[in-house]
Amino acid sequence: MLFAVVANRIAMALLTLAGVAVVVFVLLRVVPGDPVAMMISPGAGPADIAALKAHYGLDAPVLMQFWIWIKGVVTGDFGTSITLHLYVTEVLASRLPATIELAILALFVAVLLGGAIAVAGTLMRRTAGETVIDGLNSIMLAVPDFIWALALVLLFAVAIPVLPLTGRIDPELAEGFATKFYLAESVLTGRFAVAGNIISHMVMPTFALALPLAAVIVRLLKQSLKEAMVQDYVLLARIKGFRELRLVLQEALRNAVGPTLALTGVQFTFLIGGTVIVERIFSYPGIGNLAIDAVINRDFPLIQGLVLLFGLIFILINIGVDFAVATLNPRLRHA
Amino acid sequence: MFNVTRRQAFAASGGLLSTLLLPQRFASAAVGSTLNIAYNVNLPSFDPDVGPSSVNPTIQAIYRSIFDQYVGQKPNLAFEPGLLTGWGWSEDKSKAWMDVRENVVWHDGSPFTPEDVVWSIQREGKSDGGNPVAFIWAGLDNFKIDGKRITADVKQYDPVIFKWMAFLTGYVLPKAYYEKVGPEGFEKKPIGTGPYMVDAYEGNAYLRLKANPKYWGGKPPFETVVFKFVGDATSRVAEIESGSSDVTLEVPYEEFDRLKGKAGLKGVVTPISDIGMIFITNGGVMDDKNVRLAMCHAVDKETIIKRLLRGYGVAIDTLEAPEYAAFDPSIKVPYDPALAAKLLGASGFSKEKPVKFTIQTTRGFKPKDYEMIQAIVGMWRNVGIDANIETYEIAKHFELRMSHKLAPAAFYNWGNAIGDPTTSTGFAMFSKSPHSGWHSDDLDAKIGPLWGEKDEKKRIDGWKAVDRYIAEQGYVLPLLQYAQPILYKSDLKVTPNVSGALQPTLVSKA
Repeated sequence: MLFAVVANRIAMALLTLAGVAVVVFVLLRVVPGDPVAMMISPGAGPADIAALKAHYGLDAPVLMQFWIWIKGVVTGDFGTSITLHLYVTEVLASRLPATIELAILALFVAVLLGGAIAVAGTLMRRTAGETVIDGLNSIMLAVPDFIWALALVLLFAVAIPVLPLTGRIDPELAEGFATKFYLAESVLTGRFAVAGNIISHMVMPTFALALPLAAVIVRLLKQSLKEAMVQDYVLLARIKGFRELRLVLQEALRNAVGPTLALTGVQFTFLIGGTVIVERIFSYPGIGNLAIDAVINRDFPLIQGLVLLFGLIFILINIGVDFAVATLNPRLRHA
Repeated sequence: MFNVTRRQAFAASGGLLSTLLLPQRFASAAVGSTLNIAYNVNLPSFDPDVGPSSVNPTIQAIYRSIFDQYVGQKPNLAFEPGLLTGWGWSEDKSKAWMDVRENVVWHDGSPFTPEDVVWSIQREGKSDGGNPVAFIWAGLDNFKIDGKRITADVKQYDPVIFKWMAFLTGYVLPKAYYEKVGPEGFEKKPIGTGPYMVDAYEGNAYLRLKANPKYWGGKPPFETVVFKFVGDATSRVAEIESGSSDVTLEVPYEEFDRLKGKAGLKGVVTPISDIGMIFITNGGVMDDKNVRLAMCHAVDKETIIKRLLRGYGVAIDTLEAPEYAAFDPSIKVPYDPALAAKLLGASGFSKEKPVKFTIQTTRGFKPKDYEMIQAIVGMWRNVGIDANIETYEIAKHFELRMSHKLAPAAFYNWGNAIGDPTTSTGFAMFSKSPHSGWHSDDLDAKIGPLWGEKDEKKRIDGWKAVDRYIAEQGYVLPLLQYAQPILYKSDLKVTPNVSGALQPTLVSKA
C-alpha cells in the first residue's frame, strides 16, 4: 500500500517535470529574445550570425534541439551555460546551497516568529494587545518581501549601519570551505566567527523573506488556536486548573497546527520564489540571483536548468508537506 | 546543575549579537590597502574573448584589470601602447605589423611571447570559436614572427582593426596555459598579464583581485581590489552611503546629487561613449521625409536633459559624440517646433489630424528612458504627431532589430568606446549591418566605400559627410550623450574614463 502511494507520487513528479521541461523549452523559443541577437556585433554578417548560432547549437530545428537537450537531461547533462561557459549542473550545484541555507533559515525564522506571535495573540485575545498584534500582522502581510528588503537596507545598512549589505560572506573569510554549504560547514567545523559573519550577511535577506510568511502563519495559526481554545478538551484542561500558556501550547497547539503546516508548505514555495528578487537586492549568490541574469542574457540552457530545478524543489516540498501532515494527522495517514 | 539567570542569558545574547555585528564595522573601517567597488553588473565569465560577456561594455573594466589588450586606451579614449608597443600597415596596406612588448610575464610567472599574440588573434578569428566579432580578427592571416615583430597578411583591409585591439574581445590570453588547462580550467583559474590577479571569485557576489607585483606598467595603487556585484541601484547607493564600499557608479542622478556633497563623499559625472538615440525604421509614414524631419525638430533635447536627467548629459545631433573621431560640431538639427509643424503641414498632417505611429522603448534599462520617451511623445503631440508608446525588454529590441522589425521609432542606447565612426554611424545606419534601423540604397551608397578607405583623413571626412546627409534626411534621431555618475570616498582620487570603464587603476589615494 505504502509502496503504491510512493510509486504514484514519484510517477506524478516525473510527469510534472516532463511537462515543465516541454513548457519551458517551447516558451523560451516562442517569446522574443534570441541569445545570439544579444551578443552579435553590429558589423556581423549573416555568415557570422549563422556561425554563432551553430556554436551554441541554436541552428538546428526546435524539435531536434529539444531532443538533444532532453536526451542530455535524462543522463544528467543539462548542457553548457552560454554566458558562464560552465556545465549547467555544475553551476546549479554551486549556487543551490546558498539558496537552500537562506530559505531554510527564513522558514525557521518565519515559523518561530509566526508561531510566537500567534500564541501571544491567542493569550491576549479580547484585549488591546490582540488588536495591536492584528494590526502589526496586517502590515507584515500587506508588505511584500522586496519592500521589506529595501526597508531593512535603509534601516540596518544606511541609517544604523550594523549589518553587511551585500554578499554571503566577507570576501576575506570565504576560504577553506570543502562544500558550498558555508553556514552549515562553518558551524559543524567549529568556525564560529565565520558562521557569525555568514549569519550577519543573512539577517536582512532572511527577515525580508520570513516576515510575509510569518504573517501568514500568524493569521492562520491564531485562528486555528482560537477555535481550538473553545473545544471541550481545552475546557476540561482549564477546569483541571492548567495555566493559560500550558493550555495553548500543550492542548490547543497540537490540534491547531495541521492546517498551518499544510499552508506553510505551500507558502514556502512562494518564499523560494521570493529569493529571486531578494537575492538580487542583497547580491546574495544563490539560484534566484542567477535566474535574473540568465533571463536577461537569454541563457537558454541555464534558464531551462533553473526552471527544472525550481520545479523539482516545489515538488519535493509538496511531497514533504503531505507526509508531514499525514504523520501529524492519523486520519489522513489511513485515508 | 548548570543554571543560567535571565541576566546571564541577556548578557550572552548581547555577546553573540556583538560577534555578529561588530566585525563588520571593523572590517569596513580597516581597509587601508583594499579598494571596494560596488559594481553594477555581475561578471559571468572570465574569458574576455568569447560569449556574451565579451561584448558587454560594462564588464570591460574588470577584464582590463586582469588582462591586457593588444593596444591600450587612455581615459580620454586616445590610444596608447598596450601589449603591443607599435603597430601599423605596409605602404600598400597588404600587410600589418605589430611590435610585442618585452619583459612581460603572465600571472603564473611564465614569459609573455609573440606566440601568445598570434594564438590569441587566431583564436578570436575562428568563425566557430564563439567570438561575437570573429569577422574583425579574421581579417589578418599568415602570421610570421621575427624577434619581437609580428607581421601578417591582410585578407581584407579594415582601417579600424588596430582600434578594435583596444576594444571588445581585443585581449591577449596565455597560449600555453590555456591549452594546458582548457576552457573550463581557465574559467576556474584565469591568468592574464594585467595589473591585478584573480584571488577569489563568487558569481553574483564578488571578485577579489590581488595586485600583480610584476606588472609591466608599475605596481597598482591598491594591494587588494574587491568588485562587489551589486545589480540593484538602491543597494549600490546604500553601499556607498554606509561606507561598505569605497566607490560606486551608475546610481540615480537624484541620489548622486544628494550624496556628492555629503561629508566623506565626493562625486564626479563625466560624459561617456554611450549615446541615447531613436532608430527610425523605413516603411509606412517613415518614408515621408517631412515626417522624419518633423520628429527630429520637435524634440527639445536640452530641456529633457535639464528636467529629467538633472542636467547630466550632452545633446547630440549626429551619432558622433564630441570625443569621437568624426564629430562635426557644425552639423545641427535645431529644436524648432514651428518648422516641425510646417513640415508636417506640407504632408497633410496637423495637431487636429496627426500622423500616427508606434515608438518602442525600454523601461528602466537606461536612466529615465521611459520618461524621456513620454516627454518626447508630448513634444511631438504639440506639432501633430500622435505616437503610441510600446515598452519592451532589451532582448526583444535586439531580436527585432536583427530582423528589421522594429517599430517605426525605437529608443536605444549605443556604446562606442573606440570613438570610430564605423562603430557608431557605420554599424547603426548601414543596411548590411544586423543592427541598423534605416535601410536605403542612397545611404548605403555613401557608406559602402568608406569601410575600406585607406586614406584616414578622407575616411573621417567621408563619415562626417554621411552624418550630415543623415541629419538632412532625418534617418535617425540622436538624442544625447549619457553622463556616468561616480561616487567615492573623499580620501580617494578617481579619474573618470570616457569609455565608461571604471578601472581600479584609475582610482588612487588622494
